[in-house]
Amino acid sequence: MTERAVSMTVNGERRHGTVEPRKTLADFLREDCSLTGTHLGCEHGVCGACTVMLDGSAVRSCLMFAVQAHGHEVTTVEGLAGPDNELNAVQSAFRTEHGLQCGFCTPGFVVSATALLQENPNPSDDDIREGLSGNLCRCTGYQGILRAVRAAAQSMAAQSMASDSVGVSVD
Amino acid sequence: MRRPAAGEGTPVKPSAFEYEAPETLGAALDLLAELGDEAKVLAGGQSLIPMLALRLTAFEHLVDIGPLAELQGIERRNGHLRIGAGTVDRIVGRDAQVAASVPLLTKVTPLIGHFQIRNRGTIGGSIAHADPAAEYPTVALVLDAELEVASASATRVVPAAEFFMSTWTTSMEGDEVLVAIRFPVWSGRCGFGVEELARRHGDFALTGAVCGVETADSGEVRRCAIGLLGMDSTPIRAPAAEAALVGSTPSPDDLLEIGRLAVEDADPPADLHASSEYRRRVGAEMVRRALRQALEETAS
Repeated sequence: MTERAVSMTVNGERRHGTVEPRKTLADFLREDCSLTGTHLGCEHGVCGACTVMLDGSAVRSCLMFAVQAHGHEVTTVEGLAGPDNELNAVQSAFRTEHGLQCGFCTPGFVVSATALLQENPNPSDDDIREGLSGNLCRCTGYQGILRAVRAAAQSMAAQSMASDSVGVSVD
Repeated sequence: MRRPAAGEGTPVKPSAFEYEAPETLGAALDLLAELGDEAKVLAGGQSLIPMLALRLTAFEHLVDIGPLAELQGIERRNGHLRIGAGTVDRIVGRDAQVAASVPLLTKVTPLIGHFQIRNRGTIGGSIAHADPAAEYPTVALVLDAELEVASASATRVVPAAEFFMSTWTTSMEGDEVLVAIRFPVWSGRCGFGVEELARRHGDFALTGAVCGVETADSGEVRRCAIGLLGMDSTPIRAPAAEAALVGSTPSPDDLLEIGRLAVEDADPPADLHASSEYRRRVGAEMVRRALRQALEETAS
């Protein structure tokens, strides 16, 4: 088969590669970009461990070929932290609320939860359950994860309120 | 699973294929005409890619129609809503025009996979893939949608009733592409319902029912469409049950009977999740609940 040149932005950095068309985006990220934070569990779209953001929307990176991401923007779990490696609200809530144990599924959960809260900053417990239903965890159980997402939503709301009130005082 | 060290060659799951990314629909159709059976159309890939990964299927060429702008868009045209086949599930599920004109699509979309899947999966891909337990094919059948199908040499419109042939098999030829789906818009006192039973949230349903009803002010049913998913090798309609309901003002007990009638001619599959008999019994109940939901909606 003919190898194809691909080029995409991953976590803000331009990445180029030459890949077989059958190489998944997940394998491209792990092997060609050395970004092994994206985990592969089932490799056919069930477990959610490989979830990344494509142009801002959460997708399964095992259900896309790298060639399909050509010209697009990808964010992996490595791209979520702030400039000083400061954990984002979801990551730090997973730590404080014991949302992980072995950590294998965690990158997928963190990316899915981050996408969920971007679209719905004030989710009900049902919204959170629905938003996480596409990610499987085999050891921690889901209660800590649910708590972590709830806590992340609260801390993001508090933060945005704080920045709003700064805005008001400037006016 | 052991991953090889760098330089050892990397493992890949699907068998090898050439990737084609035509820039226009015309170019895609030309490619399909040229490549014949060796090529498969790739849309959102949320069904095809797992099948390739599991090596349930393999093709020499994949023709990616996902990026084609010509397959996007939702517009109201003479009594129907035309949805471009490449429209992703997420957009279908959130579009205000879809909710107003074809609310059944809005109702079924959250039942398709998970939101990460709906961000990539397309309505045309789901219908062309023709899984008998999938939601969009069943809605197309229930609403008597018309499917715009194109090849390099011709364009034709196929009624949904003539589209689904068997599991993962449609009446489209290998060189044809599903371009758009025209959903008739129901008016008057209409209600719609969908009920499914799945082992886990987001799984393909073991069985389910999708219904639409239109009633007179008196509550008498004027029009009725009942579709079943997961109950045969294709999505199916239940014409005897539909006919029995039209002209009646059904009581809750009547709906139970209609449900039984609806599954009478189905030929439900049996697998480790459910026997045929179980699917038939649950299917009847799904019809009852979906009809109740639809009738309640006409009254509101």
